Amino acid sequence: MSAKELNKNIEPGDLEGITSSGMDLSEKTRSASFMQQDNALLFSRSSLDGVDTLSIAEALETIPEAKEYYGKNFRYLNREFPQDTEGGYFIRVKKGVTVALPIQACLFLKSQGFRQKVHNLIIIEEGAKVYLITGCSASASAHEGFHLGISEFFVKKGAYLNFTMIHNWKEDISVKPMSIAVVAQGATFISNYVCLKPVKEITMYPTAVLEGEAARASFNSLVLSHPNSLQDIGSRVIFRAPNTQAEIIARSVSLGGKFISRGHLKAEANHVKAHLECRGLVLSEKGTIHAIPELETDFRDVDMSHEAAIGKISKEEIEYLCSRGFSEEQAQSIIIRGFMDVDILGLPDVLKKEIEALEDKTLHSNF
Amino acid sequence: MLHIKDLTVEVAGKIILKDVNVNINKDEAMILFGPNGSGKSTLLKTVMGLGGFKVKKGEIIFKDKRIDTLPTEERVKLGLGIMYQHPPQIRGVKLAQIASFLSSDAEKVKLMAEHLSLQEHVNRDINLGFSGGEMKRSELFQLMLQDPDLLLLDEPESGVDLENITLMGSVLNEYLQKKGKSALVITHTGYILDYIKAKNGCVMIGGKFWCVGEPKEMFKSIRESGYEKCKVCECPQKS
Repeated sequence: MSAKELNKNIEPGDLEGITSSGMDLSEKTRSASFMQQDNALLFSRSSLDGVDTLSIAEALETIPEAKEYYGKNFRYLNREFPQDTEGGYFIRVKKGVTVALPIQACLFLKSQGFRQKVHNLIIIEEGAKVYLITGCSASASAHEGFHLGISEFFVKKGAYLNFTMIHNWKEDISVKPMSIAVVAQGATFISNYVCLKPVKEITMYPTAVLEGEAARASFNSLVLSHPNSLQDIGSRVIFRAPNTQAEIIARSVSLGGKFISRGHLKAEANHVKAHLECRGLVLSEKGTIHAIPELETDFRDVDMSHEAAIGKISKEEIEYLCSRGFSEEQAQSIIIRGFMDVDILGLPDVLKKEIEALEDKTLHSNF
Repeated sequence: MLHIKDLTVEVAGKIILKDVNVNINKDEAMILFGPNGSGKSTLLKTVMGLGGFKVKKGEIIFKDKRIDTLPTEERVKLGLGIMYQHPPQIRGVKLAQIASFLSSDAEKVKLMAEHLSLQEHVNRDINLGFSGGEMKRSELFQLMLQDPDLLLLDEPESGVDLENITLMGSVLNEYLQKKGKSALVITHTGYILDYIKAKNGCVMIGGKFWCVGEPKEMFKSIRESGYEKCKVCECPQKS
């Protein structure tokens, strides 16, 4: 499918929002693509052997084991999950396959008041390695929209998954992602979250369970909190095997919204190493940042720590840059840009540059 | 180049500098001695225009322009540059970013980073996890790229090992040999005197100048007799 074909079902006015959520519609820098608009599949394709990218409906029909995965992580944690979903993607990278270019997926809200509810399955088989970028966005016409996204990640033995989610919503959209990752022995799960645009309300508390020995997870997030937005965003890691490690890094800048930054590290095994870092910069008199870091252990032989720091931009830092010749406005913008450091995400160069460009664009229009 | 007249400075409601007079001519370096808390850093920071230092009286004239009401970045444009004693750490802001702002000559930036053994540091968040000596070299690195005409150096050698004092001293010396470069230097250890040819030294105690003289001799006498003896001298710059 050529770039032109990928674009053909997308209205020109929606292209900007879709590309700003991380979609490369030329596919030059991607190895597979999936896109759903409201509840309709726009395209799904993979150019690689060993990589399945299809709609969840098709997967449940054609891939026998897909049914076994469906809901498995929720059952594992004895949690309920909504059954009334319509759509979502199934992405599977087969055993031992390394995917050089990222796989992309986009969930797009188009109609006014539409309630999009999807259920995604992401299966990274033994020893496979992949970068996955998922964008969520809404058309200018999608007033009062709602998005529920259930995602189940299966990161098998020795596998590596670097998952980046970009939320590119608008003022009147409510969002509720629910996700659980189960990470097997020696496997790595990296989850990056970037939300720079306004939103009405986001509630999410993704969980990773380190089920196998020496499994690792990290959750990194960069969030800009706009006036009238309510964002209750957390990350949780449950350690169920020894020699597991995890890190949560959350950075937020408040322009006047309400932001609750949660983090929970729970050791259910010995020899666990974990760190949680939450930093917030408050730029508006009206903004609220509430950091709630939690550490919990049933075992003695663990090394768990957290640090949280919230405040306004340090005067000393601004002054230091002014003493090098920057104006106060320049200094402030450099510091904010540095605070929202894309380097914390641990991305390959191609994605890093894209996200830096997105961030530059948003920060430029706000400062 | 720099003329400070009857300068009185208040910090947090307290007078820190009282009727201070300083004259530094083109191509001259002046050394500032004095015990901790005597107001030396306050003087440098006030000249640079940093926050919290309120000029109550007097004026600061740099290159025939009154600068005490100008914002810091305007003073930088006129040719002032400061080396911090304790520079702040700024997360996510790379030393290289500031370097490329200070000089558009990428080759010059690269060579100066090599010269000051900062090749790896340029790609790191500024001052984050730097040792004392690394911070000083990073400060000097930035100053050399900025290329100011008057250097304000706040204890350039403190926390620096002997090998690096030699390196930094020679870089500073070479710079001050250039035409039109001046400096105002605070030192406690005196090591920097081996590298900087300074015409005058001054002693500041309790926010006032007490003595002026040949810097090396002054330092020797301070080492032998302490600062109290400086008070018996009458500083010619006082009047």
